[in-house]
Amino acid sequence: MAVNTKVSLKKRESELAAIAKQMEVLNGEPFSDGELPTFANKIKETNQFPLRPKKLEILQVNVGYMCNQVCAHCHVDAGPDRKEIMTRETMSQILDVIKTTGAHTLDLTGGAPEMNPNFRWFVEQASAAGIQDFIVRSNLTIIRANPKYYDLPDFFKKHNIHVVSSMPHWTRGKTDKQRGDGVFDKSIKALQELNERGYGMPGSDLKLDLVYNPSGAFLPGDQASMEKDFKAALLEDFNIQFHNLFAITNLPISRFLDYLVASENYEDYMYALVEAYNPTAVQNVMCTNTISVSWDGWLYDCDFNQMLDLKVNHKIKHIKDYQEDLLLDRNIVISQHCYGCTAGAGSSCQGTVA
Amino acid sequence: MQKTYYDPKDLKKFGKISEWNEQLGEKFFDYYGKVFEEGALTAREKSLIALAVSHAVQCPYCIDAYTGDGLQRGITKEEMMEAVHVAGAIRGGATLVHGVQMMNKVNKLEM
Repeated sequence: MAVNTKVSLKKRESELAAIAKQMEVLNGEPFSDGELPTFANKIKETNQFPLRPKKLEILQVNVGYMCNQVCAHCHVDAGPDRKEIMTRETMSQILDVIKTTGAHTLDLTGGAPEMNPNFRWFVEQASAAGIQDFIVRSNLTIIRANPKYYDLPDFFKKHNIHVVSSMPHWTRGKTDKQRGDGVFDKSIKALQELNERGYGMPGSDLKLDLVYNPSGAFLPGDQASMEKDFKAALLEDFNIQFHNLFAITNLPISRFLDYLVASENYEDYMYALVEAYNPTAVQNVMCTNTISVSWDGWLYDCDFNQMLDLKVNHKIKHIKDYQEDLLLDRNIVISQHCYGCTAGAGSSCQGTVA
Repeated sequence: MQKTYYDPKDLKKFGKISEWNEQLGEKFFDYYGKVFEEGALTAREKSLIALAVSHAVQCPYCIDAYTGDGLQRGITKEEMMEAVHVAGAIRGGATLVHGVQMMNKVNKLEM
């Protein structure tokens, strides 16, 4: 029977929709038989175990798993059929934290964060709290998905939102294969609209960055070279400008893990990640300066751990009990998926780290 | 004893050739690394040349390596296939241009 890739793993009732099954894969061969070292053992080689947080810089809030797209590599398993959405009550608890946090960046993600019915209210409230860098991770197509979203570029501009958007390639074929039919054309239109408002233009304070994820079982190339190629192609073909390109490695969890296993690329991919292990990247992995909050208020070391339900290793586990100073005293929860953030020049939601 | 001449895992052991001749091995890998650095040609252009040459010399290790390298650099499959056709055209051309030698010989020998 053909697999319907237009819906989430959860909707498909796929075996790998179960977190326990994903952990079983990540803890199984080639790690369980000693062919490859576990991530814990690998960082022990350079005396970096246990991994500990440094100063909190980024508060990343996942406002829900609902999305208008079903991207093949999505680590959230997001899609139109996902109903997990952050309530206004949880948002209010986060707003209390934002007023006192030492973090300079608030990073809203999803799903498509704009689909949360309280998204605009939350942005207005959080923006008024005076956060220094306010990121919204927008999939771009949402701006063109429905007339009720058409004014999003103006809304972003009004609140000086830093827009970070996914764009796996400057060609239609590669983009649509990963993100769905028609995504490329809508993304181009959305980028042009953002440019028209001043987003991404040279010298503009309206920040527009793009995220590049490889469209398959391979690691990203050099971020600076990719940025150069992206900029040249988007400018020449569509007169589009943007500020920075973040090259992000696909982590072997959720839909990307499902793809790796189904295409029999899992073992080779894990070998590639381990071979590319860079101890310098470990020093700057994002979990050392980030707290991730789930749609229902639980706290995690990163968005990937959130999807594996690996909550912070601390007695404070929920936003309602949040105490920043106390949370700094914890060991970061790790597993084999962490190799994705330490391969080559490293990877984080802000791109390379080494 | 392995039953095939090629094993994909051997590509990862390429560096081991230095174990039996450290001086020449190191010189080769140093040279190899320098060749692929950005220069008058971009690293991207060099990757496509390497892919084409890999096909011309029919090296399965090289084809694996430079297909992966190309994907990492954002090189499209259309660009890769065009590069392979360049290799094919040169190989085909190299065969066919020898046809002139054959023609010369025939013309010389035939009455």
